Amino acid sequence: MKKTKEEKILTFLFILPSVILIAVFVYGFIGWTGWISLTNWKDVVPDFTFVGFRNYIDLFHNLRFQIGLKNILVFTVLFLVVSIAIGLFLAILLDRKVRFENVFRSIYLFPMAISFIVTGVVWRWMLNPGTATTGSLGINMLLDKIGLGFLKSGWYTDPNVGIKAVVIPAVWQMSGYVMAMYLAGIRGIPQELSEAAQVDGASNWQVYRYIILPLLQPITLGAVIILTHISLKIFDLVVAMTGAGIGFSCDVPALFMYDTTFRGNFFAQGAAIATILLIFVAILIIPYLRHGLREGS
Amino acid sequence: MFAIFYLLPVYVLLATSFKSFAEVSLKDMWKLPQNISLDSFKIAWRGDTSKGVTGLSKNFMNSIYLVIPATLISSLLGSMNGYVFSKWKFKFSNTVLALIIFGMFIPYQSVLIPMVVVLQKIGLYGSIPGLIFIHCVYGIPITTLIFRNYYSTVPTELLEAAKIDGGGFLRIYKDIMLPISMPGFAVVMIWQFTSIWNDFLFGLVVAQKPSIQPITVALNNLAGSYFVEWNIQMAGALITAVPPLLLYIFLGRYFMRGLLAGSLSGI
Repeated sequence: MKKTKEEKILTFLFILPSVILIAVFVYGFIGWTGWISLTNWKDVVPDFTFVGFRNYIDLFHNLRFQIGLKNILVFTVLFLVVSIAIGLFLAILLDRKVRFENVFRSIYLFPMAISFIVTGVVWRWMLNPGTATTGSLGINMLLDKIGLGFLKSGWYTDPNVGIKAVVIPAVWQMSGYVMAMYLAGIRGIPQELSEAAQVDGASNWQVYRYIILPLLQPITLGAVIILTHISLKIFDLVVAMTGAGIGFSCDVPALFMYDTTFRGNFFAQGAAIATILLIFVAILIIPYLRHGLREGS
Repeated sequence: MFAIFYLLPVYVLLATSFKSFAEVSLKDMWKLPQNISLDSFKIAWRGDTSKGVTGLSKNFMNSIYLVIPATLISSLLGSMNGYVFSKWKFKFSNTVLALIIFGMFIPYQSVLIPMVVVLQKIGLYGSIPGLIFIHCVYGIPITTLIFRNYYSTVPTELLEAAKIDGGGFLRIYKDIMLPISMPGFAVVMIWQFTSIWNDFLFGLVVAQKPSIQPITVALNNLAGSYFVEWNIQMAGALITAVPPLLLYIFLGRYFMRGLLAGSLSGI
């Protein structure tokens, strides 16, 4: 729209508070954190002696950080694959015009409304394997009862399972979201396409395999990006459910950052972990954001 | 089949929290309570010094005091930004928008240290107003995105007609955009309410004193102490989950739209 001079000024006044806040609290703070990560600040009292990339080099030699990185990789891959598989499956199921579609959709989606802390507290109880004196508890007890006792596990208390046990509640919470994205995508595909294919003799399965799935690729990409960025930042769920676990078997970089910064006062090291996390997320998000906004305009 | 997986935790939550203390036994955790008892809720809410439990009632109110102003302010800012970025584009406005939206993806760890330093400097550290302020700032990206997409669907001809009738920037916002914004505000406010209520990291870092902690932080403390019985923990978890769940149950349609907007599918 054509603007008068007055309107130009008003346009800028309208967004000015937000632009200033974002500039300072997002970009200013990120820069500040980046700078702290290059200093020697490892006590309550700040020490801004420049040490270059020493904190980063130390981190990659740090056992806890190495385990955390490996854990977050395992967690992200499992969480992505399982959430997307379940989400897609549920979306196709609901798209088949099942009865009570609304009820099922609400059931799959409601965990999204709940805090990761609540999820963590409830699942810690359910995945509590029990002790010798109490016998099996939670899910293990249930597995015993339905004759699937061989599936019993120490879950998060077993260092060999560790972070993988946290995948279960994470999938519980987020797969409904993936389903909602896919369902919106499937519903956005013109009916005529699959009808035409069916007229040509394609089976239901073929319609999904050759028509619907290829058209859902952008949604899969979106789901991968959203889930991965949530996964890289996962913190609340781990804190509420397990903490760092035995031998850091449930540890993630975000938790290490919190512990080392706010409990250990190793501010420079915390800043370095935060910066590494930010770089991971930026590599993922920036191309997506650029692509999305270019298409939109 | 799959529905069972989603409902299992709800069953456990309800079955455990409504049991009386006499009935709680680890062996029977999958059994329904014989008599509905509210004892666990009373203790989780009010606290019980003999059991060493601090009640969640104060923290519940903290969360209410914090979430309402933060939701209102961030929604209003988002609406103003969305109006500009959809209808009054300027040179580089899409770049500025992208820079704002990027703020919703950052790991907040990368701003925590400066945030604590600045909040201490301006005297807001460890206070509810401090938390409100932080949630307003980091809510701007998502509220701006949702409103920008919402206003993009308003035909520009409508605004041009209003301009010919002598309506300016502010008049169009007040008389045309705001009155049709209610569904947009519903989506944004539900989203903000839910995410601020469920926030843990900011509450944990900014609110050190137990008396001003939001409910998620208090629940984590409650559940973290080993001598607190499971049924009290489950009652606490249910109390924490109720406000966003109520929104979800009664305004689920708007909740869903917020979710999809958050997935960027609208860009």
